[in-house]
Amino acid sequence: MTAPVSIRNATKIFGDFTALDDISLEIAAGEYIVLLGPSGCGKTTLLSLLGGFLSPSSGTIEINGKDMGDVAPAKRPTTTMFQDYALFPHMSLRDNVAFGLKMRKVGKAERHAKAEELLDMVGLKTSANKKPHELSGGQRQRVALARALAVEPDVLLLDEPLGALDLKLRRQMQDELKAIQKRVGTTFVHVTHDQEEAMAIADRIVVMNAGRIEDVGSPENIYMQPKTIFTASFMGEVNFIPGTFESATDSTISVKTSLGTVELPEFECRGFAPGASVTLAIRPEHFRASTGTGPRITLGKAKVEDGSFFGTHHRAHLSPLDYPNMTITAHMPQSAIIEPGAWVELTLDPTSVVVLHGHPPRPTPESAAP
Amino acid sequence: MATASLETRENRRAWGFVTPAMLWTVAFFVIPFVVMAAISLATRKGREIVMAWNFDNYIEFFEKAHLLKGLFVSLEITFTVTIISVILAYPLAWIIAERVPQKWQRMALIMAILPFWTSYVVRSYSWLLVLAQNGVINNTLVYLGVISEPLELASTRTATVIGFVHFFVMLLTLTIYANLVQMPPNYRRAAADLGANGFQVFWHVVLPLTLPGIMVGAFLTFVLCIGDYITPQILGGNNELALPQVIMLQLGRRADFPMAATLSIILMVVVTLAYIACARWLKMERT
Amino acid sequence: MISSRFSKLLSWSYLAALYGFIFLPVAVLVLFSFQDGRLPVPPFNGATLKWYGEVFSDSRLMSALTNSLMVAIGSATVACVLGFCAAYGLARFVLPASRLQRGLLIAPMTVSYLIIALGLLTTFNWLGVSLSLWTVGIGHVVINLPLCFAIIYASMGDHQKNIERAARDLGAAEWQVMTQVSAPMLMPSILAAFFLSVTFSWDEFIIAFLLSRFDVTLPVEIWSMLRSGLNPKTNAVGSVVFLVSVALLLILELIVFRRTAKK
Repeated sequence: MTAPVSIRNATKIFGDFTALDDISLEIAAGEYIVLLGPSGCGKTTLLSLLGGFLSPSSGTIEINGKDMGDVAPAKRPTTTMFQDYALFPHMSLRDNVAFGLKMRKVGKAERHAKAEELLDMVGLKTSANKKPHELSGGQRQRVALARALAVEPDVLLLDEPLGALDLKLRRQMQDELKAIQKRVGTTFVHVTHDQEEAMAIADRIVVMNAGRIEDVGSPENIYMQPKTIFTASFMGEVNFIPGTFESATDSTISVKTSLGTVELPEFECRGFAPGASVTLAIRPEHFRASTGTGPRITLGKAKVEDGSFFGTHHRAHLSPLDYPNMTITAHMPQSAIIEPGAWVELTLDPTSVVVLHGHPPRPTPESAAP
Repeated sequence: MATASLETRENRRAWGFVTPAMLWTVAFFVIPFVVMAAISLATRKGREIVMAWNFDNYIEFFEKAHLLKGLFVSLEITFTVTIISVILAYPLAWIIAERVPQKWQRMALIMAILPFWTSYVVRSYSWLLVLAQNGVINNTLVYLGVISEPLELASTRTATVIGFVHFFVMLLTLTIYANLVQMPPNYRRAAADLGANGFQVFWHVVLPLTLPGIMVGAFLTFVLCIGDYITPQILGGNNELALPQVIMLQLGRRADFPMAATLSIILMVVVTLAYIACARWLKMERT
Repeated sequence: MISSRFSKLLSWSYLAALYGFIFLPVAVLVLFSFQDGRLPVPPFNGATLKWYGEVFSDSRLMSALTNSLMVAIGSATVACVLGFCAAYGLARFVLPASRLQRGLLIAPMTVSYLIIALGLLTTFNWLGVSLSLWTVGIGHVVINLPLCFAIIYASMGDHQKNIERAARDLGAAEWQVMTQVSAPMLMPSILAAFFLSVTFSWDEFIIAFLLSRFDVTLPVEIWSMLRSGLNPKTNAVGSVVFLVSVALLLILELIVFRRTAKK
C-alpha cells in the first residue's frame, strides 16, 4: 500500500543530451513528494524511471528495498497518472477503474465493487456507466486518480496531473489530492512546473534544473531559505542584490553591495570566504514599514516608480537612491498610499535575507523590471 | 423589423455557396437514381421500354437462379476479400507503425500503396500475367519441373479474390495505420502500467481503439468490391458471374435496361444495409 | 531476448512477404513490357523498346490519353470549385438541415460507380442526350464532388473562422474573404482534393465505359486492347500509366503534403 523509494546516482542520457545527471533521492513511505522545475529539467524523465517506462543509463532505483532494474511497468508496485489522463475512451468509467484489477484476474463482482468504491471516493459514483468523453477535465482527472489507486500501488506517480485544468479547479483539486493521499497513505510522487501547486501540496519539494537536483526540503524551507539562486527565483518573485562577502564574526556577517554594506546575523555557516561573490535574495513581501518591533536593517531610501493594487497588497517598483539603475520590487501594505515619486525607506528584518553563492545570470527574469 | 436581420441576410448569401453543388448532385445523382428506380418498374417489349409500374423484375430476380446466384457469388467474394484483406493488412499496418523507424514509415506507406496508382484495369491485367495458363507462375513451375501440366489459376474465383485482396490490402493498411498512429501512446502505457501483458494491451486497448479504422476500411472494401465489374470480368472470367457482371450482361447482349436497373437497385440496397451495419464507425467529424 | 529477436525476424519476413505480394504484378508488368517477343510471360527473351514505340505511334491510344487528361483536369476543377463553395457555405454559416445537406453531398461516395453510371445512362437515354466526353466528365464530377467537399470541409476548422471574421471586420467583401483569405489558407487541402480527383477520374473505368461512345478515355481503350489477350504492348501502356501516376503522386507528396506536414 505504501513503500519508500530510493534513487541512487541515477543518470539518463538520450543521445548526447543528459536528461538526468547523477540524481540521488530518498523518499519515505507515505510521503507526498513534488518534483518541481521548468520544462526540460528532467522531472518527467525521473518519473518515467520510477514508473519503468525508461531505464536509467546508470544508477539504481529501489522501491521497498527491491531493485527495480529491468522490472516492467506492469510488474512494478507503481502506477502512473498520466498528464493526458489516458482514460480508455471505449470503456465506461467503471471499466476504466476496474481495468488494473481485471488484469490481476480479480473477479467481475469484486472488481466492480472496488471500482465503485473508488469512484465514490472521488465523487463520481453516479457516473460509473458514463464514457470518458462525457466528463469535464476535472472529472477525468478524478477518474484517472481512481484508476491508478484501484490496484493499490505502493507508489503513485503523477505526471503534471493538474496541468490541463483551469486555475480555480486546479486549486480545488490540489486540496482533494492531498486529502486523498493522507487517506490512502500511498507514497505520491507528483511532477509539476507550478511552484504554487508544489507548495500547496507537498510534504517535501524537490527542485530540479538541467537534470540535477537544486534543492530539497519542506515548502517553507524551499521558499524562505533557498539554497541556490535558481531555487530562489523559481519559487517566486525575488530581488537579487549582488555583492561581495566581506567578513564574518561569531554572530554576524557583513556583505558589501551597491546599496552599502549590510550586516546580517549568521545563522548557518555557508563557508563564504572574504571576497567571494554573493547575492542577497529578498522577497518583495519582506520589505516592511519602518514601524514595528524586532530587529531591522535598512538599505537606504528608494523612490517609488509605479505601483499596482493586488488586493492583498500593493506591488511597487522602487529605485534606490544609492543605485538608481536597480529596480526593487516590494509589496506594500494594503492600506499604503502609493504615489509615484514618493520616497520610502527600504527596511527589512535581517533574518529574512538569504545569502547565496555567486551572482545571478543577467538579466534574470524575476528581478528585471517588467 | 423592416429589413432582414444580419443573420438572415448572411444565410441568404450562404445558400449561394451551397446551391451549385446541391443542384449538381440533384440533377446528376438524385434524379438519375429516381429515373433508374422508375425504369426498374418497367418492362421490355422487344427494343421498347414500357412503363408497367409493377415489381415483375424484382420477382423475376428472385425466381431466376442465374440472377440470384450473381448476388450470392458477389456476397461470397466480397466477404472473403474483406476478411482476408483485414487479416493481412492489420499486421502490416502494425509492423509499419511499430517496427519501422519513424522516418521510414512514410516511405513504407508510399511504397505499400504505390501499385494503387497503376490503372485499375492494368492491375487486373498484371495479375493475369502472373496467373494465366502460360503466365509467370505456371511457366516458372513447369520450367522448374514442379508440375508438368499448367495449373488452372486464371478464370477462377481464387484469381478474382487475389486481385481484389491485392488492391484492398493497400487500402486497409492505410486506414488501420492511420488509426494506430493516432492513438496516444499513453493508452498503451497506462494499460501496461496497470498490469496488462502484451496480448492484453492489444486485446483490451489497441484492438478496440483501432476498430474504427478497421471498419472504415472494411466498409470501403465492401462497397468497392461488391460493385466492381473489372476484376471479376478479367480474372474470374465467365465461369461464374458476379452481380456487376450480370448487370453488364443485361445492358450489353440483351439491352434489358429494366432488369439492369432492378439489379442495380438490389446492389444499392445491399450496400445500404452494409452502411447501416457499419454506420456508428463511419461518422464524419469536422476537425 | 530470444523471443524478441524471433518476433523481429517474423515482423521483417512478414513485411517482405507482403511487399513481395504487392509488387509482384507491377514488377511483372514493367519487366515484360520490354519483352523481345510476342508474349509477355517467361522466359524473358531480352530487352527491347519496340512496344513503347508502338504505344506512342498508336493514334487511338494517344487520343485516348489526351481525352483522359482533359476529362480528368476538367472534372476535377469543376468538382473542386463546387466542393469548396459548398464546404464554405456549410462550415461557415448556420443553414437549416445542414446535416441533411452534408449527407446528400456525401451520398454519391457510398454508391457503386456502376450504379451512378447506370443511372446517368438511363437518364441520358431517356432525355435523348448523346454520349460523349462531356457525359463522362459529368459522371466524374458526380463521383469527385463528395470527395472534394469532404476533404475541404474537414479542413475548415473553427480557428480559421475567426481569421475570416477578422478579414470581414477589416472591410473585405464576402468574395474577397473567400478568394483572398479562405482559399489560400485551405490551399493544401484544396490541392489534395484536386489531385486526388484527377487521379480518380484518370483511372475510372465503368462510368467512362458506359457514358462514352466514339471518343473514349484511356482505361476504356486499354480495356478494348485486352481482347487481344496477353500482349507486351498492353504491358507498355500499363507501365506508362504507372509512371504518369507515380509522377502525379510525387507532385502531390512534394508540393501538398510536405507543406501541410510542416505546418
